Amino acid sequence: MTAIVEPSGAVAPAERAADPGRAAAAATEAILADTLDGAHRGVVVDSPPGAGKSTLVVRAARELAAAGHPLMVIAQTNAQVDDLVDRLATADPQLPVGRLHSSEPRPYDPMLDRHPSVRTSAKPADLAGQDIVVSTAAKWAWVSAEEPWRHAIVDEAYQMRSDALLAVAGLFERALFVGDPGQLDPFSQVGVEQWTGQPHDPSTSAVSTLLAHNPALPQHRLPVSWRLPASAAELVSDAFYPYTPFRSGTGPGDRRLSFAAPADGSPVDAVLDEAADAGWGLLELPAARTPRTDPEAVGAVARLVHRMLEREGGTRSERDGGADGPGSALSADRIAVGTAHRDQAAAVRAALAELGGVNGAAAEVTVDTANRLQGREFDVTVVLHPLSGRPDATRFHLETGRLCVLASRHRHACVVVCRAGVAELLDEHPATEPVQLGPVSPAPDGWEAHQAVLARLARHRVRLE
Amino acid sequence: MSLLSALARMEAAACGRARPVATVRHRHLATNPLVLVPLTTAGENGAPLGVMLGTDRSAPEVFTVPQPRDRDLRFAFLGRLAEAMLPHLESCQDEVELVERKETDPETGKRVTVEAELCADAPQVLVPTGPGVDFVRLLGRSMRFRRTAEEDPGAEHPAPPRVPLLGRWLTHYGERARVPGSSLLLSMTGLLSRHWATGQSQLEDQHLGALLAWLAPPDGLGGAEAALRAELGRDARGQLLVPPAGPATDPAFDNELLAPAIARYDKGVPGAAQEVHELVASQLRPTWEAMWQGVDLLRALPEAAHVPDRWRRDRQSYTHHRDRLRAAEPPQPRRDDAVTAARKLAMREQRQAELDAQEALDDPLVMAVRRLAGEAFLAEVLEVEMAYSDGKRPSPRPLVTVHTQDVPLLSDGDKLHRQLPTGAQQRAELVEMAGPGEYVLRLVGGMGRGKEPAPGTVPEKGDLMCWTLFEHAPRGGPGLPEPEETPWTHGGPPGEPSAERPDPVTAEDVL
Amino acid sequence: MTSSSLPKQTPPQGTAPADRQATVQRLAELRGGPDVPQRPLDARALAALAANPGCRRRALLDGAGVDKSAVAHALGSPAPFGQSQFALVRGNAFEAAVKADGGEVLLALLCEHTGAARPDPAEVTVPQLTADGPAGRAFRTRQALIEADGGRWTLLDHPLLALEVAGSTAYLEPDALAVHPDGTVSIIEIKSFPILDGSADPVKVGAAARQAAVYALALEGLRTVRESALLVCPKDFSNLPTGGLLQLRKQIAATRRQLRRLTRLEEIAAELPEGVHFAPDQEPAALTAAVESVPAAYAPECLSTCELAFHCRDRARSAGDVVALGRSVRGELGGLTTVDEVLAAASGDPDNAAAKDPAAATLRRAAALRAEALAAAEPATAPGPEAR
Repeated sequence: MTAIVEPSGAVAPAERAADPGRAAAAATEAILADTLDGAHRGVVVDSPPGAGKSTLVVRAARELAAAGHPLMVIAQTNAQVDDLVDRLATADPQLPVGRLHSSEPRPYDPMLDRHPSVRTSAKPADLAGQDIVVSTAAKWAWVSAEEPWRHAIVDEAYQMRSDALLAVAGLFERALFVGDPGQLDPFSQVGVEQWTGQPHDPSTSAVSTLLAHNPALPQHRLPVSWRLPASAAELVSDAFYPYTPFRSGTGPGDRRLSFAAPADGSPVDAVLDEAADAGWGLLELPAARTPRTDPEAVGAVARLVHRMLEREGGTRSERDGGADGPGSALSADRIAVGTAHRDQAAAVRAALAELGGVNGAAAEVTVDTANRLQGREFDVTVVLHPLSGRPDATRFHLETGRLCVLASRHRHACVVVCRAGVAELLDEHPATEPVQLGPVSPAPDGWEAHQAVLARLARHRVRLE
Repeated sequence: MSLLSALARMEAAACGRARPVATVRHRHLATNPLVLVPLTTAGENGAPLGVMLGTDRSAPEVFTVPQPRDRDLRFAFLGRLAEAMLPHLESCQDEVELVERKETDPETGKRVTVEAELCADAPQVLVPTGPGVDFVRLLGRSMRFRRTAEEDPGAEHPAPPRVPLLGRWLTHYGERARVPGSSLLLSMTGLLSRHWATGQSQLEDQHLGALLAWLAPPDGLGGAEAALRAELGRDARGQLLVPPAGPATDPAFDNELLAPAIARYDKGVPGAAQEVHELVASQLRPTWEAMWQGVDLLRALPEAAHVPDRWRRDRQSYTHHRDRLRAAEPPQPRRDDAVTAARKLAMREQRQAELDAQEALDDPLVMAVRRLAGEAFLAEVLEVEMAYSDGKRPSPRPLVTVHTQDVPLLSDGDKLHRQLPTGAQQRAELVEMAGPGEYVLRLVGGMGRGKEPAPGTVPEKGDLMCWTLFEHAPRGGPGLPEPEETPWTHGGPPGEPSAERPDPVTAEDVL
Repeated sequence: MTSSSLPKQTPPQGTAPADRQATVQRLAELRGGPDVPQRPLDARALAALAANPGCRRRALLDGAGVDKSAVAHALGSPAPFGQSQFALVRGNAFEAAVKADGGEVLLALLCEHTGAARPDPAEVTVPQLTADGPAGRAFRTRQALIEADGGRWTLLDHPLLALEVAGSTAYLEPDALAVHPDGTVSIIEIKSFPILDGSADPVKVGAAARQAAVYALALEGLRTVRESALLVCPKDFSNLPTGGLLQLRKQIAATRRQLRRLTRLEEIAAELPEGVHFAPDQEPAALTAAVESVPAAYAPECLSTCELAFHCRDRARSAGDVVALGRSVRGELGGLTTVDEVLAAASGDPDNAAAKDPAAATLRRAAALRAEALAAAEPATAPGPEAR
């Protein structure tokens, strides 16, 4: 590399050496101090996958409420709002929490009804007086406030578009912005070239706009991923978070994945054993150009899931007695399949139903696109590589966020299914993207990130002939 | 590119002629569009070389600049352009209809209905290519901050009267052209490739001559041969047989013909200005003819059903601009503030979604693309079971079992939409996937307000209908703050909208 | 901005001297003999590289320095590229005007954009770089870079850099280089397209960034290069210079990788039949055979960057290659690569081999939907150009 800008948030050696729990706690204290007593109107927190973002949001919300500051919480999807409300009410059953929702049918998850302190309504006036009111950015945008809230927490702020923040920022005086910079960036279906590179490009992320206009705001990061195993944290950090590195909260050998039934000698079982052992597995199909719903690749994904269940997988981790504890069964709800496109997800679901019967356990497995898997966590994931069998590498398929989401959902292992030849495809990918004048973009390069992930996966390759 | 468009391109490549990708015309085409063919000077920013324009194909006006780097000649050219274009751009200002509009009363803050003017028609401008649209925008930008002698008596190089005004109109048209489905300013290559697929790539379709070669190849030639001739064919002097549709010229023309003629003009050779004029006109004329050939092809297509709805928005946009001019508001700023940019983006996204839906509803060939993508399906009704909602005033909620050969990407609870024969919308929810291709839907709207559904709103066994997973008239988002209420996250209020200063006139303006 | 002087990856490895000599000789043979001059790796060759890094034909001909324009002419498919003298004159005049004061304006813009203090013009070293021949100029540039004093500014006007490409030396001429007092180097590119209201054409900016990235690679090992270059352009509609920063990180990484692939020229050359070369003055049939003996990866993007594109397009079209219709049409076609195969698969003929491709089922559905829609609209579309 000709010249490398030192990552501004490089991990100090002392921090690297410290106990991950203490490092994470120190970061959290600093964030809370800035949020509760700091002089700035905004605080930005970068949180890599599984670094305890929700825990931080819940804690910050409770401490603000306890300090007598009622607050609004802005999340991006209804599922995120419901999850946050559930966590808040579980953490403190006495806390008066309001869930502001839309007037559509089934506007919120009925599980919230079991919390007596949670009040739900489509009208903000009904929720006046609640310590905390949580809703989506889209719903908040319809609210007009006589008096702005003193405090707000904006969750998933990197997935929020700048114009969505513009619509709600008048509702609060100061805010804590929390999000994961490595996941999928917001986008627009229409041309936005005329604003690209300008500080208030409405299609960029809320955090980009916020920092462009308020460069002096304190920026923190959560330094430890509690989700990703030691085998994954370094790769995901290097490839997708070059400017905000993080580490795993667990060490090598702290988590174990194993199968009760022995391997049957097939490549599918071999790659499962490799992934159980190393945390990564690559099931490589012969090179071929295929349509998106490549029947062989889809079939391989389904067989992997099927065999994992058939072989009675089990996991052991710090959650259930440690690496030598009794562990838990790797049930279907702890497995996910990730794809780039919806039709691929549909094809995988169909293949799973065929293999295991519609009511078989395989039907319980989550199969979805990267966009819909954002923020979710599983023990084992099976990923259909976005570039598998493709004749070209489009910007959509190269987007770092997509690969980052797919490669960072697992607590134990990730198995990637891919046609051979992706490295060559990347090498032949034209590098003619338009370039804007201006400051350096903190996003990693999709092309380099893909190469890094491929290089790592190549060490755990099993060929399916 | 959708697989269906790719397939149309393959058909075209195989048969040597363009193939349709639309069965109706999805853009408004005025009875008398203003066709504008501009050329610019290579290497100069916003130095026009000439333009051919008019609404009558047999009587175009041609203006040229004998020395494009001479500021006075450029201003004289722009002055004539303004005199030629403004009568057309202003021609629809006065014939209005009165419409009702919701507005926020500035005193009470309440939404009230007011009567407003809406221009009955709006002038349409057609240019050859996408870069031609950009050039209109650039011309607008270069003119709207100029000052005339009347506005600024001390100006060293005053612009001719009406030049800044033309700049504001062109800026408005250029900005409107960014709105999906708008038709005030369109490029011919864009229009033609929206409706036909050629046997070449989208990149090659940017060449108007090559695109038309596939649509109407001269006798005996296949599309590919005719396109090649349009791209590369040269005469004995090395000049292109089909000059580029602009705004850039062919370097061989610049070097071999234009530069010597301009040099003669610079030396004061008599008749040199006329020589440059004729040279530039010779480059403009073939494109002028091509533009009208394109207009003819488009006219042969019947207009799509939703085009008048969208054209009404163009008329609104035209009327708003007229009102801003009449209110003597300052020219459009160089850059949008945060609120304006967000409003524009929200509006364009809504228009895009609306356009996508309307094109599909208007055109079975476009709906086919959505059906193949699993976003719509054609279904036959197998069974209808009447049901009602719970509550004090039960409403009809019939359950309709349908069967389709299509493969929609559906999951439980998904909302579905269809257009009733009356044009009204109906919504349904997916209740159950009953079997392969078989779905049970619950109709939840579009049946009137009564206890029993209005006649014709509930399908019958054997009916065929097209359901879409996308909304047909997507709602706009919430309001945004006024610019003066821009929050701190977006830099705070932009301050008083001070009049933008004109571009400084410098000695370096002209080399 | 901070910079690290430690290269994270090793620079492109030069081949051993003996091999290198052999490669140089082999490449000269490919050009048609030692007397045929080597074409420099100019901006167009770099653009062609970026637009189609996977094309072996382009890689070999550009790598060997073959005059592709002459080859295209001899093949009967001349490239339509040319430059208008108006653009040329304007570009040269702008660069001359910007440099007229000995670089004061350039340094002022650089300081404005990097936040450095503007130096007193007397405190700036402007070394003399003229010499006979490119090797001499490159040597002078190298010396000037090595000798640049710590603690003061050095401005290099029209330096010449040498870069090992594919086993031979390519000379590159940045518009200017500035050595900062901290010892780092900024690349300065002067372009005649405007920066209008703070933004410039992103396609042109992208090309400038790729060009600057090659200079950055050529500077490797000499001095630490700042990863943002300064782009100097006319402001708005004037001829006044203004600047903007160009971020090079991604371009450097991509170009480095692409240039490494160029070092595999020997492999491509080794697959050529005995005695094949690309001298434009040979028998047209022999030249055609020579060009056809290296596989090409044509795509329509080549048309704006590669002199041979019209020749390659002609071949791709006659072979019925689907990519002639655009890279994006291939997305859902699976292993089907020709128009005939696709149409056969779409027609549903079960006897055709194409019907067995996994893409065939979707193609059949697509063709059926298309036929259904066209039939439904038949009367309406009759006057269209498709009716014959």
